[in-house]
Amino acid sequence: MKKIAVASGKGGTGKTSVSVMLARALGENHRVGIIDCDVENPNCHLFFGSGIEEKRDIEVFFPDINPEKCVYCGRCQEVCAFNSLIVLKDKVMFFPEMCHPCRGCLLACPAGAVGEGKRKVGELIILKETDGIRLVYGIMNVGEARSIPLIDSVKKESCAGADYIVLDCPPGAACPMVASVKGSDYVILVTEPTPFGLYDLKIAAEAVGKLGIPSGIVINRSGARDHMIEEYAAAAGMPVLLKIPFSRKFAEDYSRGSINTRAFEGLGVRINKMAEGL
Amino acid sequence: MKEILVISGKGGTGKTTITAALASLYRDIVVADCDVDAPDLHILLKPEITERETFYGGKLAVIERDKCTKCGKCRELCQFDAVSGSYDIDAGSCEGCGVCGWNCPEKAIKMVQKKSGESYISGVRCGTMVHALLDPGEENSGKLVAEVKKKAKALAAGRSSAILLVDGPPGIGCPVIASLGGADTALIVTEPSKSGIHDMERVINVAEHFKVPVKVIINKFDINRVNTGEIEKYLEKRKIEVLGKIPFSEKFDSALKQAKTINEFDPGCAEAKMVEEIKIRMESGSQAR
Amino acid sequence: MRIAVTATGGSMSAQVAQNFGRCEYFLIVDSDTMKFEPVQNPAAAMVGGAGPAAAKTVSDRKAEVLLTGIVGPNAQSVLAQYNIKVITGVSGTVKEAVEKYKNG
Repeated sequence: MKKIAVASGKGGTGKTSVSVMLARALGENHRVGIIDCDVENPNCHLFFGSGIEEKRDIEVFFPDINPEKCVYCGRCQEVCAFNSLIVLKDKVMFFPEMCHPCRGCLLACPAGAVGEGKRKVGELIILKETDGIRLVYGIMNVGEARSIPLIDSVKKESCAGADYIVLDCPPGAACPMVASVKGSDYVILVTEPTPFGLYDLKIAAEAVGKLGIPSGIVINRSGARDHMIEEYAAAAGMPVLLKIPFSRKFAEDYSRGSINTRAFEGLGVRINKMAEGL
Repeated sequence: MKEILVISGKGGTGKTTITAALASLYRDIVVADCDVDAPDLHILLKPEITERETFYGGKLAVIERDKCTKCGKCRELCQFDAVSGSYDIDAGSCEGCGVCGWNCPEKAIKMVQKKSGESYISGVRCGTMVHALLDPGEENSGKLVAEVKKKAKALAAGRSSAILLVDGPPGIGCPVIASLGGADTALIVTEPSKSGIHDMERVINVAEHFKVPVKVIINKFDINRVNTGEIEKYLEKRKIEVLGKIPFSEKFDSALKQAKTINEFDPGCAEAKMVEEIKIRMESGSQAR
Repeated sequence: MRIAVTATGGSMSAQVAQNFGRCEYFLIVDSDTMKFEPVQNPAAAMVGGAGPAAAKTVSDRKAEVLLTGIVGPNAQSVLAQYNIKVITGVSGTVKEAVEKYKNG
């Protein structure tokens, strides 16, 4: 099984479109899974009509404090590096969005008052397989701050039997992007030939470079200024895998929830070629 | 002074382009870029850095080789798989909780401050800009965002401009929550695509969760007029004001090519006028707290 | 009465700091004598959860009233647990803020 991550520094460059098109191209001859790691704003499912096969809660540890046993000594607050616990004289307040579930409080409590609680931070959804493609995505609850536990959960779904897994990653170059990309065999960085696209591409390429995963570039909304990306790609030794020309028709189809590889001549063929080359 | 935060949920809807265009209508404004892991505002505003400061994010565990007996306690307790088989700490996975440190029987692990970026104060043609850059792969906990905002606020307090304009990060997680702290208005830039709408609804919920009033700009509204109509209906139902609608236009791209905002590139054009109208509504509509 | 004011420095002429959780100092002012004690806010440099931690500091100093700019929802709930009266939207110098509060 091969894992291909689709990432980008800048948001809105077309990660989701490339992920879906790539999965469909691979899906013609292989069994494919798409894992949407952008749990803050998952979008892949908007382009699939298939129904839900499975849905379950994503849970993380939280300190379930037993007031009968608690002696309000303040030890849990002391060891918590994230200030998620405040011990008052007859009450312990817990701030879930601060908690990185390290279990330090559970280990530290001298009274055995901290129990292994589970709290829901989002949902994991698996769609029914269509055209050889299975989609897994996670959706983070509004108000939650940390997406990493959800990214880890969706990535654990191995899409049993898949030949290829395409991971649609969150934008940026910070830890959610790195956590999504980690463990992949190849990273496709989607960019656009604008100064914004180029700048964010460099940051993302640096983050991926640190992980030592080979990567290539897709230029979306390609046109007269591709040279700015191509010059960088040549200097960085990264191949330009594909160019997708700008098309108003494509943008309009996308806005309706359809990713149309027939929006222009030869796109489907080029995507298939890229997919085979990976 | 009113603090206006521009966010979108989905990336690429035009946050930065619109923030920069609004900023360029002022002479002495403070602007802040809170998208610290892929900042772009500097490309349009071309800041000249006058002050820089190293940013120390969270902590990082360090194992002292000579004391470590490889007993395995840290590996067993670490919830983030940050200790390798050869007892090296993976800096990318370590969240700095310190559990390994205080549970190490040999006291061989200490926690150190981790340098994870830089923040800057710069001069720009429309005033002053506060921005930052997180090192690639670091955790964006919101602390660097909070620092950018703190500096921007202190600077804005002494300015003639009544507005502090903040370009926010994408998503709905920590960086967005940190950006919302203290904002008077969240100005949401959306686009009439299925994903744009989906993400707009989520980011509105986050802003309202933190009790920040919301206004919306619909960018590229003519890409799908049916969806634009639906956005308007939805916002009306939630009693959220639409500050303006901007058409899809190659002009923004031509302006970007020259590193100019639309209002600098062609101040007389229809798109520039729309930005001016948004500025007026933005100033009159949002009440300072 | 003991009044805690968030401040940008350690004196009565410092400005009222606008962000409760991440202010540099708390000045604990005795409103009868106008004597004050500056307390550095240990939460200022924390990665997350500065608000609740700062609230604990204020309560440890036995403040009954807090004058500040903005308080986040988490800090708000901790302050409420301690029965500390919270006045937000305060600006100017610490001295002005305390006097204004005293005069209603």
